[in-house]
Amino acid sequence: MEDNMNITSAQYLANKDGSNYSVKATIDGQEMSVPLDPANRHYAEILKQVEAGTLTIADAE
Amino acid sequence: MTKARDLANFLGDNTSLGTINDAYDAGTLVPSSTNPSLIINGDMRISQRQTSSTTSGFVLDRFFVGSQGGTRTRSQEAITSGAPYDLGFRNCLKFTNTVAGGNNTTDYVESYYKIESQDVATSGWNYTSPSSYITVSFWVRSSVAGTYTFWTRCEDANANTYAFTYTLAANTWTKVTHSIPGHSNLVFNNDNGAGLRMQWIPFYGSGHTSSSATINAWSTGSSLPDQSTAWNTTTGATFELTGVKLEEGSEATDFQHTSYAEELAKCQRYYETGRSSSTGYGAAGTGFFGCMVDYKAEKRATATLTQSSQSYFAVDGNAIFLGSVGLSYTLNDTNGFYHCAVHDNVNCKYVFTYTADAEI
Repeated sequence: MEDNMNITSAQYLANKDGSNYSVKATIDGQEMSVPLDPANRHYAEILKQVEAGTLTIADAE
Repeated sequence: MTKARDLANFLGDNTSLGTINDAYDAGTLVPSSTNPSLIINGDMRISQRQTSSTTSGFVLDRFFVGSQGGTRTRSQEAITSGAPYDLGFRNCLKFTNTVAGGNNTTDYVESYYKIESQDVATSGWNYTSPSSYITVSFWVRSSVAGTYTFWTRCEDANANTYAFTYTLAANTWTKVTHSIPGHSNLVFNNDNGAGLRMQWIPFYGSGHTSSSATINAWSTGSSLPDQSTAWNTTTGATFELTGVKLEEGSEATDFQHTSYAEELAKCQRYYETGRSSSTGYGAAGTGFFGCMVDYKAEKRATATLTQSSQSYFAVDGNAIFLGSVGLSYTLNDTNGFYHCAVHDNVNCKYVFTYTADAEI
């Protein structure tokens, strides 16, 4: 079976110039800083759930 | 007597290459028959995250464990006797059916391991040739007698799967070996992505299997044969695994035991935990902490970071300050990260532990 992560929140973190560098996400109950690297399994899962329409990444504050 | 000891004994005064070559030719010095393994932590010694869990994730390093239905405890267990013990194995991955499953269609219990694609591509296995093989071997024991499934998938051409079954007597350690041929459909990119996924399956419900599954050959159809429901429905059932090895070639050779330090270092390419500290300056709410953390091992990919066990101390000797800081990593690559966070007290120190997860 595939590893289905329970992602309950996701928000971009941005540099001062406004460019995003990470996603702050709560995955399986733990807050994580997920890099924007498609080879990272957490980011790959975030992209998968966004594409499926089950997750939205909030803009950086 | 180990092969290393045999070699050391032989070498003694025989230090010239000519003497050694003569010995090889005469058959009095037999080269080691142990091939390197593509598996890290195959003897289940390293468990950086935890040693027991009832939720899906990693307990032993590199071996993901997952399930649906019931309550399945996954743990790192000590081996204290038996054939694996005699061969130097002291730990295993253990599933325990703490609460038996109740749905023999949707329930599943599994452990899987993903090998980087570049490690398969450069293993020496001519994977597109049916006459070239890799061989998997492992020690396994179940409290429930029956037939169990090993399953593998080529992740770079992931319609291609291969499975074989093996039969276990109850409560008996058994060494399973199986050689897997190459196939023209197989693709393993020379990169850090998932290459070969290997899976041990105490139980898969009928909704995940097929009565007409193909086994002992690569297949683009179903390769998960139906299983007995006995393990799933038996409270207290156990399934233990250790000594996992995957090697190029058509024969299983002895497991190559390594030091704890060496195996830990290999695991740290995929996950590590550590600690660091920094000192914050400036006004509360606008001043910041900042420090660079260099990893113990270069990561497979940019890692997911968490922080925990935070402690804050006022530099001026006031009472220990406990506050909240933001989670922010402004630099993060495969070699380390720069941690930066706004603090909300004047001049304080900050100590934290981190985890860096670059698993596949």
